[in-house]
Amino acid sequence: MSGQYAIESHNLTRRFGTVTAVDHVSLKIPRAQIYGFLGPNGSGKSTTIRMLCGLLQPSEGTAQVLHHQVPRDAEKLRHKLGYMTQRFSLYEDLTVRENLKFIADVYALPAARRKHRIDAVLSRYRLDDRANQRAGYLSGGQRQRLALAAAILHEPELLLLDEPTSAVDPQSRRDFWESLFELVDAGATILVSTHYMDEAERCHRLAILDDGQVVAEGTPKELIDTIDATVLEIEATDLRRARRVLDSHPFVKSVAQLGSRLHALLDQDTTEPISRIHSAFDQAGIEAKIEAATATLEDVFVAATTFARA
Amino acid sequence: MSQALTRMMAIAGKEFRQLRRDRLSFGMIVGIPLLQMILFGYAINLDVRHLSAGVVDYADTWLSRNRVAAAVATQVIDLTHRAASPAELEILLRRGEIAVGIYIPPDFDRRIRERERSAAQLLIDGSDPTIEGIARQLTQLPVAQRAGANTVSGSAPVFAVRTYYNPERRSAVQIVPGLIGVILNLTMVLFTAIAIVRERERGNLELLITTPVRTPELMIGKIAPYILIGLVQVTLILLAGAWWFGVPIRGSVTHLYAAALLFIAANLALGLLISTLAKTQFQAMQLTFFVFLPSLLLSGFMFPFAGMPSIAQSIAEIFPLTHFMRLVRGILLRGADLGELVSEMYALSAFFLIMMTLAILRFRKRLD
Ligand SMILES: Nc1ncnc2c1ncn2[C@@H]1O[C@H](COP(=O)(O)OP(=O)(O)OP(=O)(O)O)[C@@H](O)[C@H]1O
Ligand SMILES: [Mg+2]
Repeated sequence: MSGQYAIESHNLTRRFGTVTAVDHVSLKIPRAQIYGFLGPNGSGKSTTIRMLCGLLQPSEGTAQVLHHQVPRDAEKLRHKLGYMTQRFSLYEDLTVRENLKFIADVYALPAARRKHRIDAVLSRYRLDDRANQRAGYLSGGQRQRLALAAAILHEPELLLLDEPTSAVDPQSRRDFWESLFELVDAGATILVSTHYMDEAERCHRLAILDDGQVVAEGTPKELIDTIDATVLEIEATDLRRARRVLDSHPFVKSVAQLGSRLHALLDQDTTEPISRIHSAFDQAGIEAKIEAATATLEDVFVAATTFARA
Repeated sequence: MSQALTRMMAIAGKEFRQLRRDRLSFGMIVGIPLLQMILFGYAINLDVRHLSAGVVDYADTWLSRNRVAAAVATQVIDLTHRAASPAELEILLRRGEIAVGIYIPPDFDRRIRERERSAAQLLIDGSDPTIEGIARQLTQLPVAQRAGANTVSGSAPVFAVRTYYNPERRSAVQIVPGLIGVILNLTMVLFTAIAIVRERERGNLELLITTPVRTPELMIGKIAPYILIGLVQVTLILLAGAWWFGVPIRGSVTHLYAAALLFIAANLALGLLISTLAKTQFQAMQLTFFVFLPSLLLSGFMFPFAGMPSIAQSIAEIFPLTHFMRLVRGILLRGADLGELVSEMYALSAFFLIMMTLAILRFRKRLD
């Protein structure tokens, strides 16, 4: 199918009683790319993904997924969509191979393709030696590999992955992402939610969600370049006191300790930031070395999620 | 179409496999019937009133009419049918239209006077344990006295009792057929209700409903394995019943299985409906018992149907167990065939269709 975007949503909103889990989210997710949802717990990542695959009825707003209106035409999407739930949702009392066979049957893959696909995903996700083990006895990371294998078994056009690597070790995570890029190269569009900065950095584009709202959106580079803060790195004799001093100044928005240094985010509009902090330290009798630093995606995340609230 | 079949088979196969691996559930399939059979192997008799009765009065004298009126006055029986011959009474009895038949021979008055034999006969449906125990009270009634007329003394009974279908009056024979219904009712509803709620609780449903599986496919695939299990349970109870208690199979086995199949389907559909209402397995269990208890109490299994107030009787007509109870007792003990009990089959079919439709309508391929 043609069209530039795999997913377009307009003011997508979902309320649970008095809680607004997703608050007027408007997104355009391009085809054949990896799009990330970065956000803290409870920011509405899962709820948004569930609305996009037709599992939840939006309270307000519309969404078009692969040019189908959801949830109205969600049934037409089923064969084109692969969904990996945040919580493991395959059958723990079936073996790895039985689970994959079940999914293959549910998607009614022809017998010849079924066998070929199951063998292919088993070896791609290094599950061959676990094929006859019950899913319930797999480790957390192995389960997530199995869940991904099941989600891509029918070669969907669009893959929705809800925190697919939360239990995966760093080495396997690299491998996991390698496989996501392979899928994208083959033409798939992937929407992935995560808490991890390193994963967010790998996405082609990402949206930072906070409290149900999109607080920043763009490519990782755009987000870093346009960060709404000044970033400083401080080395001081007494980090604890230095930190107290920084916290007492309203133009300092956030301070984090990185080993023997402090990483501070300052209000974008602060004039002469370095000299102002130097003078504050001098008054307190703290010796410090202060220099401007380049922002990281984590800074973008902190700036977007904590500044806005203040 | 063939895709739908593949999907249904996949779900049924998966369900079966899971069941086989779940030792406890698998044990319950065999354990529940056997355990209940031992527990319920003893009868409970209670006071019965308003049994429907038919009468054949060949004598038609003042004394015979008075005799019948006295029996009706006890409120134990209601005269609902007048039959032309004892043979017709037997047919009514077999169809379950009457529970008691009264046969008064032409020489009734003379028999009363001479007292060398019992004067009349009560025909009693022995397939219901309580009916026959209570109907026997009728035999204790004193003989009517006509003012001024000479009367008889002594205590030879007016009625001789003949219990049909269970001549030795063993209660296990009456209990076991009903037990088939009770056990199927409990296990079938519970298993299906839990089977779906469990998937929701474990999160499997969230994945399953984003696949191309359609609601009816999911439902049918889910219940198919349990139909088989239900039939296994029927067989188990029949065999154990025959083995331990000498329960007879007087009617056709095919008819019995046909009735059981429909009854199983009705219960599975109810289980599905419950699964769309319950959020947790515990709720599913509670709801199951909420339906099971009245159905057990009102079905005529524990307390005689005829003894219940008419409003309770109307409620009882809703429950599949009530209809199956009549079917299974009719077929096993009275040797009735399905044709004679067809209205019970209609009632079960209607229940199945209504529950299945409600379940499919209520089940949304959504989480909210
Ligand atoms: N079914 C529900 N009923 C009531 N509230 C809900 C429901 N589902 C989600 N919420 C609420 O909506 C908000 C967003 O939840 P959601 O699961 O979308 O967050 P999330 O970003 O996926 O979080 P996490 O990173 O922890 O997975 C939370 O406040 C949550 O409590
Ligand atoms: Mg989530």
